[in-house]
Amino acid sequence: MASPRILIVRAPGTNCDRETAFAFEQAGGKPDLVHINRILESPELTKDYQVLCLPGGFCYGDDIAAGRILASQIRHHLYETINEFKAAGKLILGICNGFQVLIKSGVLLAESAANEYPATLTWNDSGRFEDRWVHLQVDGEKCVFLQNVSTLYLPIAHAEGKFVTRSSSVFEQLEENQQLPLRYTTATGLRNGQVEYPLNPNGSMGNVAGACDETGRVLGLMPHPERHIDPTHHPRWTREGLQEQGDGCIVFHNAVQYFA
Amino acid sequence: MTLWEIDIYPGPEQPDLSAGSIVSDAEDLGLAESLSVATAHGYLIEGDLTAEHAEQLAQQLFADGVVERTVVAQVGDDELSTPPNGRPCLIHVMPKPGVMDPVAQSALRAIQDFAIPAQAVRTFRKYWLSELAEAEIELLCEKILANDSVEQVVVGSLQLDQLQVGSPYEFELSMVELSTLDDEGLERLSREGQLYLTLVEMQTIQQHFRDLEREPVDVELETIAQTWSEHCSHKTLAGRIAYQDDRGERQFENMLKETIFAATQQIRKDLGDEDWCVSVFEDNAGIVRFDEENNVVFKVETHNHPSALEPYGGANTGIGGVIRDPLGTGLGARPVCNTDVFCFAPPETPLEDLPAGVLHPRRVMKGVVSGVRDYGNRMGIPTVNGALYFDPRYLGNPLVYCGNVGILPRNKSCKQPLPGDWIVAIGGRTGRDGIHGATFSSAELTSESEHLSGGAVQIGNAITEKMVLDVVLMARDQGLYNAITDCGAGGFSSAVGEMGEKIGAEVWLDKAPLKYDGLTYTEIWISEAQERMVLSVPPENWEAFEQLCASEGVEATIIGKFVPTGRLCLKYEDHEVADLAMEFLHDGRPPVIRDAVYQPPEPKPLQTAEALAEAGQDLCKILGSLNVASKEWVIRQYDHEVQGGSVIKPLVGIDNDGPGDAAVIRPVLDSSRALVVSCGMNPHYGEFDTYHMAASAIDEAVRNCVAVGADPQRIAILDNFCWGYTDRPETLGSLVRASLACYDLAVALQTPFISGKDSLNNEFSYLDDEGAKQTISIPPTLLISALGQIADARQSITMDLKAAGNRLYQVGATHDELGGSHWTLVRDIEGGHVPKVNPDLAKRTFQTVHELIQAGRVAACHDLSEGGLAVAAAEMAFAGGLGLQMQLDQVPSELSPDTEHGCLVLLFSESNTRFLCEVAEANQQAFEETLAAAEIPFGMVGEVIEDDSLTITIAGKEDEAEAGGHQLVLSEKLEKLKASWQEPLKW
Repeated sequence: MASPRILIVRAPGTNCDRETAFAFEQAGGKPDLVHINRILESPELTKDYQVLCLPGGFCYGDDIAAGRILASQIRHHLYETINEFKAAGKLILGICNGFQVLIKSGVLLAESAANEYPATLTWNDSGRFEDRWVHLQVDGEKCVFLQNVSTLYLPIAHAEGKFVTRSSSVFEQLEENQQLPLRYTTATGLRNGQVEYPLNPNGSMGNVAGACDETGRVLGLMPHPERHIDPTHHPRWTREGLQEQGDGCIVFHNAVQYFA
Repeated sequence: MTLWEIDIYPGPEQPDLSAGSIVSDAEDLGLAESLSVATAHGYLIEGDLTAEHAEQLAQQLFADGVVERTVVAQVGDDELSTPPNGRPCLIHVMPKPGVMDPVAQSALRAIQDFAIPAQAVRTFRKYWLSELAEAEIELLCEKILANDSVEQVVVGSLQLDQLQVGSPYEFELSMVELSTLDDEGLERLSREGQLYLTLVEMQTIQQHFRDLEREPVDVELETIAQTWSEHCSHKTLAGRIAYQDDRGERQFENMLKETIFAATQQIRKDLGDEDWCVSVFEDNAGIVRFDEENNVVFKVETHNHPSALEPYGGANTGIGGVIRDPLGTGLGARPVCNTDVFCFAPPETPLEDLPAGVLHPRRVMKGVVSGVRDYGNRMGIPTVNGALYFDPRYLGNPLVYCGNVGILPRNKSCKQPLPGDWIVAIGGRTGRDGIHGATFSSAELTSESEHLSGGAVQIGNAITEKMVLDVVLMARDQGLYNAITDCGAGGFSSAVGEMGEKIGAEVWLDKAPLKYDGLTYTEIWISEAQERMVLSVPPENWEAFEQLCASEGVEATIIGKFVPTGRLCLKYEDHEVADLAMEFLHDGRPPVIRDAVYQPPEPKPLQTAEALAEAGQDLCKILGSLNVASKEWVIRQYDHEVQGGSVIKPLVGIDNDGPGDAAVIRPVLDSSRALVVSCGMNPHYGEFDTYHMAASAIDEAVRNCVAVGADPQRIAILDNFCWGYTDRPETLGSLVRASLACYDLAVALQTPFISGKDSLNNEFSYLDDEGAKQTISIPPTLLISALGQIADARQSITMDLKAAGNRLYQVGATHDELGGSHWTLVRDIEGGHVPKVNPDLAKRTFQTVHELIQAGRVAACHDLSEGGLAVAAAEMAFAGGLGLQMQLDQVPSELSPDTEHGCLVLLFSESNTRFLCEVAEANQQAFEETLAAAEIPFGMVGEVIEDDSLTITIAGKEDEAEAGGHQLVLSEKLEKLKASWQEPLKW
């Protein structure tokens, strides 16, 4: 089968598009960078792609709140398009700012009957942007992007990444559905209750670093897998030696292999 | 028309993070004890909105229902001023009308998706405070809640009926009566018109217009003032200087050309066919070769005066401005990393010690860091290098250096505007912001500056610039324009003036898109509104260019044409408002002639007696001194990994928190070739001799680069001089002295200067309690930034100790050079000899250390700088989580540890060109042989051990030796050393 085509969405302020395209390319995908204005003009162009990716950055400056304006655009103009994309069995990946957009547009976790969003990503407990590396643990086998991997070591770089659900029952429901597949953990992978700052870098409920939809084909995550592709990305490669490849490769590899 | 207010509060059980930080800021400054605060932020929306509209926007656009709650009502409604939880004092803070409000702009655009008829939006912040006296409220607003250079404070409920700003403009030509003015009149005009020109310059202009037999239009005078400003023309340093120091006299026709530029010319001549400089001191940034396809460009700028008045906006627009330099170099470079260096007064300065008009250094620092963070992160450019320096003399005049590196395809490195090309402005709109920035930067700051030059202070909008960046690079690759430059200081005036210098230009000022009505033609011409670039677009490409811009939502407008007249002609509608000869504008300025003298102060003896017993304690103090202490709080707020090319991060080691010497990035993702960015700066050495200060800064920048693996034959450097009032011969003399060192060192090390910038007159004046004028001048501050290269990123190394059993070597000799050292600073003593550089030995040392690193002989390498050997060793140990057992006897030096003085020198002297190298046993022989063959002093000074402490000893005299034949100098736990280093700036 031919390599899947990856639609990487650019909006004003998107800034991880090039390295995300590179990561998909390394994994064997065929990425295109497409401006959101082109998709708004011709939503049908999404039909030519198998994977839709919202990369990191500060779309529209993260003005009002992180991801909010692009989420509102999607909500008003592309909601149907994206639902059809999902329904066609395709994949959607939102990294960092892309995760914020997915969750605030209702693409990742649909609204309740009362028009209430079940969860959000809000300000880090530290109140500021932070760039640091985190240990991650994969929970469950539902998520397509997180197959065949149990731990990851990746960097985060965000100000608004604290995962919060509307109520504890919503959280339990998501957990039961295996929709919270990526968690911050300790260096040894031992996680007992709430992991402490800075290992849980933002105070996320249940140490959630990534969430997926009920099908496992839509994933949003705060850490940046595209920043750990090359072995020299690892913050301690000069003391621990070079790995064969960076931990983040598997996420892109899984997406491409899904269509093999 | 209605005006709605939407207040957004943290939801029930959600933390009020801004309240928390206000309370802690108030505590830090000793204001309003037991303060209780609740905060909200919100939006004012003007338009024909119904209550349903307002509610819909509140719920679906502005607030996050999971974590926030709202109050929605029309402005003036009581519901908006009902205090939550018994905090009666209500304060609103909002941007002054006309000040950039990026969130409001975005919000207005987003409301369009809802098809709700909103016409204007403004943001605000809202604070509810516990009962306070009026004076306390005022103090709190001034010190923490608002900055009145860009924001307005409303105490109590908002009373406002409209948001729209601006009023229609009616053209009126404004002539200046120049011909009849006497000298006093000319000087007054220069000062009151904020032209900041000298009398001789004013006289030259007067004569020019007398010859033309007419009076100038105001905009002509402004144009000349901008072009001739210190900021744009560097007239002092590029001027004639008669210099005298202890070595003799020297006459300069153009001081910069004969020192800094001359060094580069000499190096290029020496290199011959191997010359790797491409364009130096010509374009907006220096250009050197990188690989077969790409060149690399580098520029560092300062943004000191705006940052003194409004730290957030000043730093914000400082980084925004310097990013436009590489983007405006050649046909446009893609920015790949930022570097930022700041100088502040100590953050613990008591509030009552602040002169009027000065912001507290803690607030300045927080504002500057967040300004750089918010702009750099939004641009998607990793901030990988930086430094912080503290000295009380930066109190009224902090320094903010911002730098940017870009990658430029080799075949896009030249630009050439052609006659007939359209002059096209793209990006942000023009407003009344930033008027007189270029001339203002030439003036001394005073406690009145805030009122006089508030317009010079701006807030940036990073996303506008990111959109411009995206579109420029696409247009560049499609070959749609012939030249590009940034709109920086001087606005259109500088950009068009520079680009059209050799051709001539006609500009139609009424065509420029404006943020609001009411700007005069002069304001349009000299406004320094941010995020604008000017391009030279051939008419046949205009349609394609315009379409490309429109497709990304970037505004592009033809504002004029390059015409082969040799004149600068400005029009507003049908009126000609300026007609100046380019030649007069660019070459008509009378040369600045200055005297400069320098006399290094007499050396003073240094008192070291009785100090050795406290060596361990002093080591902790130096680690905890602000210049040395961990900058993790700052570094983590910057995205240093975006773009996916990070190789060596600013923080390294077993816990990702040790102090790396320099950052390494791969700017081209499918290539392993890497760039290294580092810096050097030693304001304290300037008290001894600015020659050695400059030489040391160059040595430090280069050795930081070499320590991570950079090839010393491919290191380019930049100079940024920030100095006091250079009309004083002594102050200018200290600068010339430093420039002479720049020439000597650059040539000796073969490190060409490729770009530079100066910021003079960094002084702050105020009236003290007795009404006497006091002036604080900054110490002479030279920043040297270095840009290195590594053929293969995998050959770079870090400074953290790697394995027990490895040996530790000091490479380079320690001299009796404790003058200006951090050891003297923490002991509060003066005197001693300042560190010097031996240029030939330095060159050989850098080359040899590089060869050893390349050959894989070095496991860890760290440069010796502030705090000398003791600090470098401590940092390597705690960064690697391994202990060190060291002996001072083998330290290469003319001094022996037999005396207390000798011992202290070996521990703490800051002699240049020294490294600590960790070497595995298997590599010891090759390591030693290579150094010996190159005749470089070295010595094995210790061993890495599986332990939790740093222990330093000397061989004991036989009769008094302790067990093992060694005498203990110091022994400290790594945990304690690291804590001392991390604590001070852990905010």
